[in-house]
Amino acid sequence: MSASLAAPAPGGFGRMTLRLVLIGAVLLLAMLPALNRLPADSALHVSDFIVSITGKWITYAILALAIDLAWGYAGILSLGHGAFFALGGYAIGMHLMRLIGPRGVYGHPVLPDFMVFLGYRELPWYWLGFDHFPFAILMAVAVPGLLAGIVGYLAFRSRITGVYLSIITQALTYALMLAFFRNDMGFGGNNGFTDFKELLGMPLNTPTARSALFYASLLLLLAALWLCSSITRSKLGRVLVAIRDAESRVRFLGYDVTQHKLFVFVLSAMIAGLAGALYVPQVGIINPGEFSPGNSIEAVIWVAVGGRGTLVGALLGAFSVNALKTWLTTVAPDLWLFALGGLFVAVTLFLPRGLIGLFSKAPK
Amino acid sequence: MKNLLLALGVLLWLALPARAQDAFTAALPGLAGGFGDIATSVEQLGALGDPRALPILRALQAGQLQKHADGRLLLPGNTDAATGQPADASGAETVRLNNRVRQALRGALGRLQLVSPDAAERGAAAEAIFRSRSAEDVPTLQAAIARETDAGVKAKLVLALAAAQLVAPDEEAKRDAIARLGAAGTVEARALLIEARAANPTLVTAIDISIASIERSLSIRRAAETLFQGLSLGSVLLLAALGLAVTFGVMGVINMAHGEFVMLGAYATFMVQEACRGIPWLAPWSLPLSVPAAFLIAAAAGAALERGLIRHLYGRPLETLLMTFGVGMILQQAVRTIFGAQNREVASPAWMQGTLMLPGGIAVTQNRLWIIVFGIAVLLLVIAAIRFTRFGLEMRAVVQNRRIAATMGIRTGRVDALTFAFGSGIAGMAGVALSQIDNVSPNLGTGYIIDSFMVVVFGGVGSLAGTLVGALTLGVVNKVLEPYAGAVLAKVFVLVAIMLFIQRRPRGLFALKGRAAES
Repeated sequence: MSASLAAPAPGGFGRMTLRLVLIGAVLLLAMLPALNRLPADSALHVSDFIVSITGKWITYAILALAIDLAWGYAGILSLGHGAFFALGGYAIGMHLMRLIGPRGVYGHPVLPDFMVFLGYRELPWYWLGFDHFPFAILMAVAVPGLLAGIVGYLAFRSRITGVYLSIITQALTYALMLAFFRNDMGFGGNNGFTDFKELLGMPLNTPTARSALFYASLLLLLAALWLCSSITRSKLGRVLVAIRDAESRVRFLGYDVTQHKLFVFVLSAMIAGLAGALYVPQVGIINPGEFSPGNSIEAVIWVAVGGRGTLVGALLGAFSVNALKTWLTTVAPDLWLFALGGLFVAVTLFLPRGLIGLFSKAPK
Repeated sequence: MKNLLLALGVLLWLALPARAQDAFTAALPGLAGGFGDIATSVEQLGALGDPRALPILRALQAGQLQKHADGRLLLPGNTDAATGQPADASGAETVRLNNRVRQALRGALGRLQLVSPDAAERGAAAEAIFRSRSAEDVPTLQAAIARETDAGVKAKLVLALAAAQLVAPDEEAKRDAIARLGAAGTVEARALLIEARAANPTLVTAIDISIASIERSLSIRRAAETLFQGLSLGSVLLLAALGLAVTFGVMGVINMAHGEFVMLGAYATFMVQEACRGIPWLAPWSLPLSVPAAFLIAAAAGAALERGLIRHLYGRPLETLLMTFGVGMILQQAVRTIFGAQNREVASPAWMQGTLMLPGGIAVTQNRLWIIVFGIAVLLLVIAAIRFTRFGLEMRAVVQNRRIAATMGIRTGRVDALTFAFGSGIAGMAGVALSQIDNVSPNLGTGYIIDSFMVVVFGGVGSLAGTLVGALTLGVVNKVLEPYAGAVLAKVFVLVAIMLFIQRRPRGLFALKGRAAES
């Protein structure tokens, strides 16, 4: 890890200005679902599409925040965070599948359609409990956290750092993708879960459900931002930055590097899992494609574009890259991959501190 | 027209051998009689061993033999069965079969095929007798074995004889047959022995010994085939990982676009094939020609990438990783735009197709065998280039101590570019091999990149021996696990196993020792 990174707090960009911009952006976002309720001919009317896609981007922004916490502050470049996101999504997806109940195509009172189709007699044991919402949410946090705990413990204990860790995490999400593609895993195989009906008594795909999910995502984003910023400003955050810049030295000073990294990696995975749990009800589908290594690395580039090591940068990157993606894939679909590839090259070569770096003073 | 036909008929008549009047002709009229006559006639024809009886009996079996009221027989196409002359079909009726006739037919046809001039037909006949086996076949088979010149057919005949002897009354011949079946070591022989075990209580011990020996040779063959498949997968991994061993292992540059260089090599193979298509004498050699072409194209792309972009990011591995991933994305999309998203067909030359039978019945597909040979050749080439050339010497010098190498007058920038181009070129050559066993599509490389990194990490960064051992181990382990866990789970197990392995040996199987290991 090079030491030429931006300091955690942006230099010339005053803290007050930053706060004002942030509060303004949040207020603007919070108004979207309300504006959606205005009559369609009103000048301020916002379309359903805008609300649902912004809701999706907010969950992406939470994922970006999680990646930034691990990469920007502790130097752990995980190329497998998409796996934690997808696991959270699968957890809530299992709950949503259970809620379909007898309304499936086959009309089985308990088993989801794909299980009836595959000839299951009864629910596999790992599906038990998912008919309760709190349990599903708990799993959306606990499963990614546990997986990150095991992988992180094994990796950090043997001091696997840098690109080696990146490759291992990439292999992890790749392995999970292969596993979830299998029909006999009991997670719907290739098709994953879809055709959800309702959540917490609200039929999905109605304006009420859309706004509720939107506000829930926004609240989670704010909570995650608050949590991450209080961590990074604490003594713990200072130690993490120190680990990022000179791991051995921190170890020689008597800090337990393994525990610090493990803590931040697990926390980051949990936040990513929650983001996934909010993402799935909004897009209405989850399949093994979410585990593809490409997704994880795309999320990393959001953070790089925005500016890693600054939490606001991660948010900025997630929104701007996804806005660009949505625009380009409608205007010129073939150009998107060129543009994304170009972003990887341009940001690493010319904008090592991301878009945020444009506004703040260059490091000495 | 009529005259011509007549002349042809006369010619045919003259051409018929003098034996036309012999036992063959004598046996024919029976076919026009009752069921009993037909069966006797069929048995006679079978025992005669005259190839001329073959089409007649086949027609009879297929229900296509017809007879006139006066006893003349008609083959399909309205030719007279005895003379081969065209004949009138009006008023003819089909010769009917009953079970006794059918049974006689099967045996007679099997015996007749044994004298066929075509070796493949004789082999098929031997296999048919092996399956249907009866004690009466023993003398026929013994005669056929004495006549046989083709080694493959002879082996089949010997097996069929053993099968026939097992159901014959001769006890001594049975013991002999059991021993021979045991030595044959095939699944069919085992089934035969298991069947004979119940019928011959006196021979149970001999049969059990033979069955055990078959089990042994079957499991050895299975192991050998698994090993071959594993080695073949391993050599694919080796080819894909060798380039990485140079760029990542030696230079320490992590190149996520490596898979795309492999893909470029595969497309270069496709282009060379298309270019050679118009030149008939060159077309079969397009594959060997594409090896240097793929090397040069991928190497040029690698050199451009190193000089243009990677050079600016030395010492920042994570940024290099992200940047090269972007480059890979752009390459993939560029190829998709130029060549289209569908798979491109790269044909195997004739000398690479087919299956080779090794002694012991081990089946080996030729193109997989060539890939193993190619993988070893490329490995030796890489070792030679690093050990014995000026470029290799300079490369090792720069890796060991860049600044001192520079003071000695080595242009380190040029060496960096050449090394990276070298590693990328090897990836291109891997693409040539992959075009033979995988679909040539824009995302060809993505399937191999993670496995290749695993090979390098597992084998030990910076060690070519480690890459070799790592690739072959992963290939074999994958193939050994596959029958138990399925291809996908085997892959997952291997990934998990590697993660656990790095716990014990964080620097891989063949860790560098000394100063170089510290960086």
